Amino acid sequence: MERQGEIMNRKSERPIKITEVCLRDGSHVMQHQFTEDQVRRVARELDDAGMHYIEVSHGDGLGGSTLQYGKSFVDEMKLIEAAVDECKQATVAVLLLPGIGTVHELKQAHTLGAGLVRVATHVTEADVSAQHISMACELGMEAIGFLMMAHMASTEKLVEQAKLMESYGAQAVYVTDSAGAILPHEVHEKISALKESLSIEIGFHAHNNLSLAVANTIAALEEGATRIDGSVRCLGAGAGNAQTEVLLSVLDRMGINLGIDIYKMMDIAEHTVGPLIPRPQEINKGSLILGYAGVYSSFLLHAERAGQRFGLDSRDILLELGKMKVVGGQEDMILDVAAQLAKARKLEV
Amino acid sequence: MKLNACIIGSGNIGTDLMYKLERSEVIELTAMIGIDKESDGLNRAKERGYQVFYNGIQALRDHPDLADIVFDATSAKTHLRHAEVLEEMGKLAIDLTPAARGPFVIPAVNGNSYLDVPNVNLITCGGQATIPIVHAINSVADVSYAEIVATISSKSAGQGTRENIDEFTITTRRGIEEVGRADQGKAIIILNPAEPPILMRDTIYCEVKNMDEDEIARSIDQMAEKVKQYVPGYRLKQDPLFEGNRVTVFIEVEGAGDYFPVYAGNLDIMTAAATRYAEEFAWHMLEKQNAKSV
Repeated sequence: MERQGEIMNRKSERPIKITEVCLRDGSHVMQHQFTEDQVRRVARELDDAGMHYIEVSHGDGLGGSTLQYGKSFVDEMKLIEAAVDECKQATVAVLLLPGIGTVHELKQAHTLGAGLVRVATHVTEADVSAQHISMACELGMEAIGFLMMAHMASTEKLVEQAKLMESYGAQAVYVTDSAGAILPHEVHEKISALKESLSIEIGFHAHNNLSLAVANTIAALEEGATRIDGSVRCLGAGAGNAQTEVLLSVLDRMGINLGIDIYKMMDIAEHTVGPLIPRPQEINKGSLILGYAGVYSSFLLHAERAGQRFGLDSRDILLELGKMKVVGGQEDMILDVAAQLAKARKLEV
Repeated sequence: MKLNACIIGSGNIGTDLMYKLERSEVIELTAMIGIDKESDGLNRAKERGYQVFYNGIQALRDHPDLADIVFDATSAKTHLRHAEVLEEMGKLAIDLTPAARGPFVIPAVNGNSYLDVPNVNLITCGGQATIPIVHAINSVADVSYAEIVATISSKSAGQGTRENIDEFTITTRRGIEEVGRADQGKAIIILNPAEPPILMRDTIYCEVKNMDEDEIARSIDQMAEKVKQYVPGYRLKQDPLFEGNRVTVFIEVEGAGDYFPVYAGNLDIMTAAATRYAEEFAWHMLEKQNAKSV
């Protein structure tokens, strides 16, 4: 195809780095049942295609294997070790949510070869990440702040919280659209405000619940973000993330080459990741409601299960959770809300 | 006859504790010790007629007669330093940080088991709210695994909680195992910034070896009543849910509204538990003294 150099007008000259999250965000879709063989094969092929970072952890981060979020079939430390073993050039990344995982799991992951950690907090609670970001720096890992549910805070608040993470030593801060609820004009506003106020890199993590993941990621790059995420075949919570092979193709058309073999990425999607996925990652009524109501994407399957258990439409549960301004990690609220909705319905009858 | 006590640490917990101790019939609060002259807690203590000091534990060294019981509401790291000083001075240290130096105390579970040790620890707010339930389930059904999720409003999470978030999860997990008696434990804490602030809520998941729904439900109810005696706003949010070998319990803790509004049940349950333990200790000491004088 004919190209005329870089046609995207980027507000940063730093190179773009991409993280493949299907082995972490996709853990939700797999109900945390990834096997070591699956992780080995996906990691090996991604590494061979030239992927920069490959994130491996329980969907809710290190230490997330719980009744609250779902138990892992294979200990995440084993999976991290396996991915590290398969990677010749890619860096294995991990996710850590303070309050769920601790610096102990972080040290263990580092010992096994993880080179980057994303320390994730709710968008207004950055100060719980200080311990973990500074520990990662001490260990010599790349430390990145991850401000989740970014749609719930004003741009001003977001900037204030990102600055805190910068002050703890983070090398980048992500705007994390955990609910897939951020609209394109909001991406422009948020990223450009961060670009003006921070000297570290800015990242954007999308969910495709409103079918905006690729477009929003492009918008973020235009405003100067240099760290982006994708999941092959949209293997991520809710309707998945920016679909990596699609995102890379769009970037290629815009004259941006990340050094990753697009043909190989398509093959991974078609022959390796596609067959793993329990059902197509299309936008169904559940994932659409996540984006519409601004609910944490990993709530989807939990809400569907609770809906079945209590005879409810999962949308009613998710809408109620959205109204209550529930934040990431509050999966216990799904059961609580579902049981109460069911009880209220019985009383009405 | 009352025992003298002082509080070190003038943050959210220390200040809320001041109001609880004011109502005690056996504890006489004499002083609040802090390090920040501007702190709201110290100003309030001064207004209410307590002695206030701004030089930390040195104040106690200078005035050893201030108290027999010392409540430490600083931080885990600071408490480890204080613990040695207090032990040397022969003071009972009631530790409200997650330092976990002394044995773990939960009034409803083991309230008078440790009345002769120099230092006791109150685990964490999440621990105080959930471990009694784990213990209640374990006593009738043998808990192999217990997991708790404590969700508190962002506004009620002070600097100490935020800086000590790992200590919170680790200490709570230990408490689930050592006091709750689950074979294995896990703790999660979540901060929720919703406005108006949410009440403290806790979810307890237990996997049990001997499922008996009626017995378990009865045991949980009894324990909730026990906790309620010193934390009136403690309640089951709905009936326990049963599925296979799993029990799920939802708790809500409404505070007494002393220093913080009622949403901060997490502050309340810590300070109420500390007060209850100190009172048990005081009764114990006073009984001993009476026995001697007879």
